[in-house]
Amino acid sequence: MKLRLTFLLALMLTQVDARAELSIQITQGVDNPIPIAVVPFSMNSGIVLSEDVSQIVRNDLEQVGEFRTLPLSNMISLPDEEQEVFYRDWRILAQDYLLVGKINQEPGSQLVQVQYEFFDVNREIKLAGEVLTGSVTQLRDIGHTISNVVFEQVTSVPGAFTSQLLYIVSEDAGPGSSLFRLEKSDYDGARPQVLLESGEPIMSPSWSPNGQDVAYVSFETGLPRIYIQNIASGQRRQITNYPNINSSPVWSPDGNKLAMVLSKDGSPDIYVQDLISNQLIRVTDHPAIDTEPSWTPDGQFIVFMSDRTGQPQIYQIALGANSYDVERLTYDCFQCAKARFLPDGVNLVHVRRETRQALYKIAILNIETLRVITLTDTSLDESPSLAPNGSMIIYATKFNGKGVLDAVSIDGRVKFRLPSTQGDVREPSWSPFLN
Amino acid sequence: MGKQRNQCFKVGLFVISLFVLGACSSTSEMEDESANTESAASSSSSSGAGSSNQLTQEQIRAQNALRQTVFYFDFDVAEFKPADRETLTYHARDLAANSGKRIRLEGHADERGTREYNLALGERRANGILNYFIVNGASRSQIEVVSYGEERPEQSGQSEQAYSRNRRVEVVAQ
Repeated sequence: MKLRLTFLLALMLTQVDARAELSIQITQGVDNPIPIAVVPFSMNSGIVLSEDVSQIVRNDLEQVGEFRTLPLSNMISLPDEEQEVFYRDWRILAQDYLLVGKINQEPGSQLVQVQYEFFDVNREIKLAGEVLTGSVTQLRDIGHTISNVVFEQVTSVPGAFTSQLLYIVSEDAGPGSSLFRLEKSDYDGARPQVLLESGEPIMSPSWSPNGQDVAYVSFETGLPRIYIQNIASGQRRQITNYPNINSSPVWSPDGNKLAMVLSKDGSPDIYVQDLISNQLIRVTDHPAIDTEPSWTPDGQFIVFMSDRTGQPQIYQIALGANSYDVERLTYDCFQCAKARFLPDGVNLVHVRRETRQALYKIAILNIETLRVITLTDTSLDESPSLAPNGSMIIYATKFNGKGVLDAVSIDGRVKFRLPSTQGDVREPSWSPFLN
Repeated sequence: MGKQRNQCFKVGLFVISLFVLGACSSTSEMEDESANTESAASSSSSSGAGSSNQLTQEQIRAQNALRQTVFYFDFDVAEFKPADRETLTYHARDLAANSGKRIRLEGHADERGTREYNLALGERRANGILNYFIVNGASRSQIEVVSYGEERPEQSGQSEQAYSRNRRVEVVAQ
């Protein structure tokens, strides 16, 4: 197959007016959030910065629902380094943790130094602290990096605040026409960038495991075809040009292969294309619809959806197995679809329609105990995607008739929404850990 | 006489609704329903009404049938509606008689269900019509099939009415 290289269509615009502005709303937090004081970081006189680093940290911690930050008006002292910290001030205020910091910028320099220190108030010890240096355009990154440290110190789980999202936006563009965009943003919707814009649909963005590339489906030629685009350079190439449907690209855990759906042989079946040798392997072969492939964490099996029994159900098949040697994983739902294992290889995140009358929800099925946890109470929920630290799932749903992105913790306790002011937002894909 | 006037009125209404349908993509379901009903009524009628026209009744029927280019489907159903069979037969015969003609069958689904599944459902719907055309004399090479799944709704919104407009196959002349 001839690969086509296209550079011009790719857009890498950092400030596009039409981009969807997302900003987080917390819709449900935990019952007993951890109290934490984030003191406004001091700045040497005369600096004016575009971002408030300590406010970014405060927002991060509030958004994941497990923390409650102390209002500034309640603070009785404003330390910016360890020598100024009096633990009893914070114990009186019933705070468990304390974050302080200071920002320094040499006159005329584009570089800023952000020093932060993080304390356990009850044990009266410093848990972490360092000086982060970056340009003035990286203040959000610095804030998110500090949030990662705080989150990991308290929960023992790495923070995902520096991770990013890919998603699709569609907007009306006059009678009978729409504009479709592939966008990337911070995990909280800030700093959206347009990666691709088209008058034809764009679907199914999927991060490569190293976070450098995105695979997606674009109808730009009038037909659905799979492309891979480098996120930093915008350079892209067409990966498939088979007859009929080419869809659902998903990277193997090692990043060397792409599972996909092709209907070139009649009905949609699962295939795996080796990205190095370009060899194409057929995985399923059934006259019904087989689609929505995902990889097991060990890369040995493909999980997929099939309506071979009449309604969508979830199956898995070992790579290299006979195409009839499939194992059915779901029996207890009217429809189960779009499944992917959590890193434990036991819990399966999926879209579930319990009965014919039920709405579409995001749920987790433990395939050993067969216990099902339904995570969402919105409707038309789809496209679940897992945060790199495994703590939350972002998914697409409808709110006031518009496509929005919601996130829910994998225990269902914490929820937040990223509303969009423009267009329908959908098909979120949460990045791996990025460096 | 009264029957003939009524028939003329109905044909006029049909032509108007077709015009509206063609001119504006946001036609309401009511107008479309009346168009469908009329096309069924006129094609099942065997009277000599409309003989003032130079075209034969059969030619008028064929022309009317070819003007209908959007076919709607029931929820989760891939087979076209029996009421559309006759209209689709005219499309197939038209392709068979004009071997140079090329069309594109664009399959669509409503937004319920996952996107990838809807992409496949849209293809299944379009393929159903493709196969019917081939059985009735069209050549495979005249027809391109593409599914848009739920990506290009005809009508936005979460109402049953919007959904019924979005489950469709469009015959697009190339």
